[in-house]
Amino acid sequence: MIFKNKVDEVGNVTEELDEALRDFRLSVHAWSDAAFSRQRTAVAPVAPRQVWRLAVGWALGCVLVAGGASAGVWQHHQREMKNAAARVAEQQRLQEQLVAQQRSQQARQEDEDLLAKVDSDISREVPAAMEPLAQMMAEDENP
Amino acid sequence: MAAGAILEPMTMAMANEIAAEEFSAVVARHRPQIFRFLLASTRDVDLAETLTQDCFLKAHRNWSSFRGESSAMTWLMRIAINLQKDHWRNRRMQFWRHTQMNAVGLDEASEWLPSGERSVEQQLLAKERVRQVSKAVEGLSERQRTVFLLRYVEEAELSEIAQATGLSEGTVKAHLSRAVAKVRSELGGKR
Repeated sequence: MIFKNKVDEVGNVTEELDEALRDFRLSVHAWSDAAFSRQRTAVAPVAPRQVWRLAVGWALGCVLVAGGASAGVWQHHQREMKNAAARVAEQQRLQEQLVAQQRSQQARQEDEDLLAKVDSDISREVPAAMEPLAQMMAEDENP
Repeated sequence: MAAGAILEPMTMAMANEIAAEEFSAVVARHRPQIFRFLLASTRDVDLAETLTQDCFLKAHRNWSSFRGESSAMTWLMRIAINLQKDHWRNRRMQFWRHTQMNAVGLDEASEWLPSGERSVEQQLLAKERVRQVSKAVEGLSERQRTVFLLRYVEEAELSEIAQATGLSEGTVKAHLSRAVAKVRSELGGKR
């Protein structure tokens, strides 16, 4: 046996060592055969032109995405500005309405006060000599 | 050759074509063996594949300088041994880290043992022995391991091992003797 002779060259050989080395060889061969014949996935190298195309494609894609995003942000910002302006205008309108109401109320109050003052002034201007007559008229009206 | 036959002069293109055909035949014949040796040395399938590729790439580049003083197998094995050595030397830390991560365990390696016509008990015993030999081989020095694997896995002659490793036959024999002693000790110590 060839294998046994090989062990003989380097020292005493026992049957167990001979068998162990043979099994070891068989094991490595089987392992190697299995690993060698397994499916391999190869990635095709990318040509330089393809690299450029890929890079340009990515760059364009990035620009489009960035443009889309910034347009969306800009639109949102504009809408927010409009909404804020509308809110401010509404508040101003309400404020002005309130002020106008207050002013008209104040004017009405002033008119009433003036009329009351006129009434009071006129009633005080009745001469003292006419007062008994006026009292009688009042008694006639309320018997 | 028939009289009157016209000898066609060999052009450079024809010579290159013949060389390419020869090299393709060499690759087809020896690639599994180179891969097996590197796999047994590194116990890492991916690393063994990479080093095998590198080996044939280097061989292709230097194919014109191969003068046939040794067999193509010995020449290729020498390239593979040097590549493995360079890889280990250049990336010592990474190599061990990588090997620890990717190398298969001893138990897994022994699982590849063909069952043959053995009983279950004999199979278990044989697997245990393979595991012990693997462990002993793992503990060998780089040179001892190379010599041991070339001898007992690739079944190379001492003269071929000497040519592939660049050592003298006496040195090869000494390394082999020490390696076998360690394997024997591992097998004996476990009983």
